[in-house]
Amino acid sequence: MKPAPFDYVRPGTLAEACELLAGDEDARVIAGGQTLVPMLAMRLARPAKLIDILRLPELAGIREEAGAVVVGATTRQAQAERDPVIRKSVPMLARVLPWVGHPPTRNRGTVGGSIANADPSAEIPLVAVTLGAEIELATTDGPTSMPADDFFIGPMLTTINLGDCVSAVRFPVWPHRRIGVGFFEISARRSDFAFVAAAAQIALDEDDCCIEIALGVGGVGDRPLRLDMSALIGTALDPAAVADAVHAAAGELDAMSDLHASAAYRRRVASVLCIRALEQARANASPESAGGAR
Amino acid sequence: MKVDLRINGARHSADIEPRKTLLDALRENFLLNGTHAGCEHGVCGACTVLLDGEPVRSCLMFAVQADGYEITTIEGLAPAPGELSVLQDSFCETHGLQCGYCTPGMILAAHALLQHTVTPSRDDIVDAISGNICRCTGYGQIIEAVEFAAARLRIANTPQPHHGALHRATAKHDAPTEGVPEADEADEPIVEAK
Repeated sequence: MKPAPFDYVRPGTLAEACELLAGDEDARVIAGGQTLVPMLAMRLARPAKLIDILRLPELAGIREEAGAVVVGATTRQAQAERDPVIRKSVPMLARVLPWVGHPPTRNRGTVGGSIANADPSAEIPLVAVTLGAEIELATTDGPTSMPADDFFIGPMLTTINLGDCVSAVRFPVWPHRRIGVGFFEISARRSDFAFVAAAAQIALDEDDCCIEIALGVGGVGDRPLRLDMSALIGTALDPAAVADAVHAAAGELDAMSDLHASAAYRRRVASVLCIRALEQARANASPESAGGAR
Repeated sequence: MKVDLRINGARHSADIEPRKTLLDALRENFLLNGTHAGCEHGVCGACTVLLDGEPVRSCLMFAVQADGYEITTIEGLAPAPGELSVLQDSFCETHGLQCGYCTPGMILAAHALLQHTVTPSRDDIVDAISGNICRCTGYGQIIEAVEFAAARLRIANTPQPHHGALHRATAKHDAPTEGVPEADEADEPIVEAK
């Protein structure tokens, strides 16, 4: 359980980090290291060089912009969990963070690291896809971005190129006054990898009518998936309509099968958790609620 | 690679290979063997240390990444040589350990919790130690130990801004009712006081 030898570099700027990455196929980024270090210890990964980006000032911090909250890639998961801006404006992210690893791994693990790692059952990529976040990238040609849905292409696979580095995640902020979120997951034990996870966010008008809805599932397919719930917009989200919409969308999910759970089990649990998440979101969208981040 | 670390309030330097984890450096370079090596891939929590007061797994970071932090190991918790912290003593009192392998990690995870609150709920305690595996106790006595330590810290004679009501009650109880000289008497030296 000891990693193979590697060189360790801590560049002073993001541009320098991208240059180092572009110039070496065997170089890997390390930030919080909560997934990479076990991979190194088990020698599933043997990079020749580790480029430590954790202390780059360009990647730190959480800032509010018009219609979005931009979370710097090296923001620790524990820091995001406690952040008042995220609680208020991206309640779905605040809601899932306690399910990401354990308190000690959240103290080191970063938001950007979870995105770049692209585990199909991970909660932060699920929120990014469900809400339609933009992944911001630093490249040798300057900054660029792409929708989360295009960024994730398979299990632990992203469209990131040699020399690119995730710099931030831009989570959209809904303008509505009454927003509610819901989240459920099933795993062997709490904080372990989710077999199935479902996250929902809804907005209601004064008449309890749904005016915006987002629903996503993780752990079912090879990447997080957003389900089309547009049929529920303009309805009062009555249970029968919710169940119909969820069954129609979840029945077509391309689910994976492994020793933990069969594809049929994953599809069935996905439907149940989606319905529960939507119910919870509706209950949290009461006039006084702050989105149900808690 | 030359590494400068601050461990339990003291500065340490060593020449450490980049692939050496903080865990191995603490044990082998600095002889702080209280930090235990369990699974060595971030699952068991035996290697938990505090970085700037927050629990992290020392097997999931390299020593070369640990400069600039205040690192606390189990050796840094005791108030003086041969003494135990309130939390350490509570683990003994409630039989919160058997083989002791997970204990340093458990105590550091719980210590960080009690730095944030001395009124943790049972759920708070369970969450704080949820990343630490114990194969002896069944966790019951460990939770009891943390609850016991929290109760002792609440009644301890140390400043706790969030427990003003408790403090006032203690102050009233502790105030002596007899033998306190009045201001005019106090001008005279009191021989018996020697």
